[in-house]
Amino acid sequence: MTALLGALSAPPAHSFCGFYVARGDAKLFNKASKVVMVRDGDRTVLTMASDYQGDPKEFALVVPVPTVLDRGQIHVGEPAAVDHLDAYTAPRLVEYFDPDPCRIMAMEEDRAMPNAAGMALKSARPDARARSLGVTIEARYTVGEYDILILSARESAGLVTWLTKNGYRMPRGAERVLSSYLRQGMRFFVARVNLKEQAKLGTTYLRPLQMAFESPKFGLPLRLGMVNARGAQDLFVYALTRNGRVEPTNYRTVRLPSDAEVPEFVKDDFADFYRAMFTTAYHREGGDAVFLEYAWDMSWCDPCAADPLSREELRGLGVFWLEAPGGGGGGTTGPGGAAPGIFPPPGGAQNVFVTRLHVRYDAAHFPEDLVFHETGDRGNFQGRFVIRHPWKGQRDCPGMDRYRTEVRERRAREAETLARLTGWDLSSISRKMGGDDAWGPPPDKRPWWEWMWGSEPR
Amino acid sequence: MTTPTATALVPPARSSRPDPRVWQIACLSGLLLFGLLRLRFDTPVVQIAATLATALVVQWIATRALGLPSFEWKSALITGLGLSFLFRANDWRLATLAAALAIGSKFAIRWSGKHVWNPSNFALAVMLLASRDVWVSPGQWGSAPTIAYAMACAGGFVVYRSARSDVSIAFLASYAALLAGRSLWMGEPMTIPLHRLANGALMIFTFHMISDPKTTPNTRAGRILFGLLVAAGAGAVSFALFRPNGPIWALAAFSPLVPLIDHLLPGPRYEWKRPTPGPLWKGTTDEPMDDRALDGAPRRAVGSARP
Repeated sequence: MTALLGALSAPPAHSFCGFYVARGDAKLFNKASKVVMVRDGDRTVLTMASDYQGDPKEFALVVPVPTVLDRGQIHVGEPAAVDHLDAYTAPRLVEYFDPDPCRIMAMEEDRAMPNAAGMALKSARPDARARSLGVTIEARYTVGEYDILILSARESAGLVTWLTKNGYRMPRGAERVLSSYLRQGMRFFVARVNLKEQAKLGTTYLRPLQMAFESPKFGLPLRLGMVNARGAQDLFVYALTRNGRVEPTNYRTVRLPSDAEVPEFVKDDFADFYRAMFTTAYHREGGDAVFLEYAWDMSWCDPCAADPLSREELRGLGVFWLEAPGGGGGGTTGPGGAAPGIFPPPGGAQNVFVTRLHVRYDAAHFPEDLVFHETGDRGNFQGRFVIRHPWKGQRDCPGMDRYRTEVRERRAREAETLARLTGWDLSSISRKMGGDDAWGPPPDKRPWWEWMWGSEPR
Repeated sequence: MTTPTATALVPPARSSRPDPRVWQIACLSGLLLFGLLRLRFDTPVVQIAATLATALVVQWIATRALGLPSFEWKSALITGLGLSFLFRANDWRLATLAAALAIGSKFAIRWSGKHVWNPSNFALAVMLLASRDVWVSPGQWGSAPTIAYAMACAGGFVVYRSARSDVSIAFLASYAALLAGRSLWMGEPMTIPLHRLANGALMIFTFHMISDPKTTPNTRAGRILFGLLVAAGAGAVSFALFRPNGPIWALAAFSPLVPLIDHLLPGPRYEWKRPTPGPLWKGTTDEPMDDRALDGAPRRAVGSARP
């Protein structure tokens, strides 16, 4: 399951809304970044996670931020909450079982897309010569397993020199991009792993870094991550807002294909299907669109791809307007502990709207950083695919022949839909679907007038 | 009974040039269809129908109520099409309210015989301020250069026909200079300002909203000044306040200055049926053309400067 999102970003690349830099020649593979973005008014809480699985020593994170952050504005979150949100908003496959054509009965089952997470950094020590290079260490914190610096600089050359001297491998071309962020008055949030702290905590994975700040700027810096990127990178943005759907103001938003009926075997190949379907849609839209994969009021879901997020999880992700659990005064009650597939979840997330955006970006198609705005749109949308299992029982009744013909026609439609969505070859799809023999006789190919006046078609 | 002689005695009242609004309606309809079919705008058809119908009905009611000589359906239709492009809402009934506000503002908010705000600009600004259920999606057009080019051409043609291309050119040139200058200052590659300029919504604004000859200053110098002001305002909204839809807010904010600009740089008012660019500087004729025949609004209007 974890391989799914990893494989989504087939070309390996350095990524994030900042970029990872490494000491030495360590290969960095940062396949898909995930950012949870809580926004209300000018308040923003960012949670950044990536599926980096390498040596923590070899990793560092640099993110431009609009303000200097206090110690209290930085937090380390739980990867489980990000994974949960990912699973909750993922495209889903819904199964229906045809009723016995001789009787009526139905069942339903949902399956959801999974996720991935984790992040890693490396350690180094601020240089005492920072000031002579025009670099100011605005703040220095150790938060959880991370050593964090907030840097400002007079000019980018000094900053690049300082970072290089401190063991950060700066990609070529970074100086120019850093310079443009400096001119905008941005600071740099630099984090790496404090191995001692990590050992003390006993964690083997890297937890997501979180930051809370107030700024009218509402966006994600992509450009640093593209400096040394090879090919396109995938970014998932999960926006949690009070009012409605979030969309970019400077790129087109396109809805993921949804509600299509696909062949049964997709159930076992859903990861491949999703990847191919996304890639096909990405190319069809010219490579410069942002895809909407989920937009929903979090107080309910239908079907639920995962348990709804509890209030604790949402608070942990930065949804500051929710009442603290047990804090009283809230109109609604505690965590939603609903079973999957049930809606609405009892006491689910109140007053929270979630938007999941999927961006595959490269420098040619995404020249500028993502800028967002919160719309008033409360319309629900989900990436939902349907498989229908034919009735396979052995019965005979007057309706059975007609049912079998319908199934045959439906299977043909499903194969065409799948070919259109994924670009897969129609004949290989048909092979995977198996023969049609079980589903009644082949269609009558005679001209219509022959059977009109001749014998009845079968 | 009209005799042939009598008819022949009447001089041709209209210019041989076709009404530029016909071209504008054709362009806007084509673009709207392209947006709906190719770019898959998520505006429900019922909302578009309601917007267009409301605009026409309110225009008709106002025409009857104020006893105007002609029902100017073309202006109303252009306003409705403009709103269909930009206005998004959770409930299509909000779109009817927006259309009613747009057309209503044309008759209700006037100054010295001209309406103050471009109708769709006014409705967008008011609705965005008043309701959390409405929004504008500036990114919906994407930035494919071909689209921008097609829209610029189509819009340019419209502007040319209505002989008021100067305000569009002044706005676009100064906004482009502002974007390019900012990027140069930031050390950003030129792909960034180009990407911002290739935004389809910006082209719609430039060629179909700010270019409205009825709400721009009467002289060329005035219109160039106005274009510069709106560009500066749009830049401030985008890069100082970091809010979306800078051009829309800037146009709404600066439109009330048009009477002042006209006072300082007077010239004859625009007439749809006799398109003229107006004088470069101060007008030679102080007698404005009869507004009643133009957009169907009365010369003596609510909110005019008359005592």
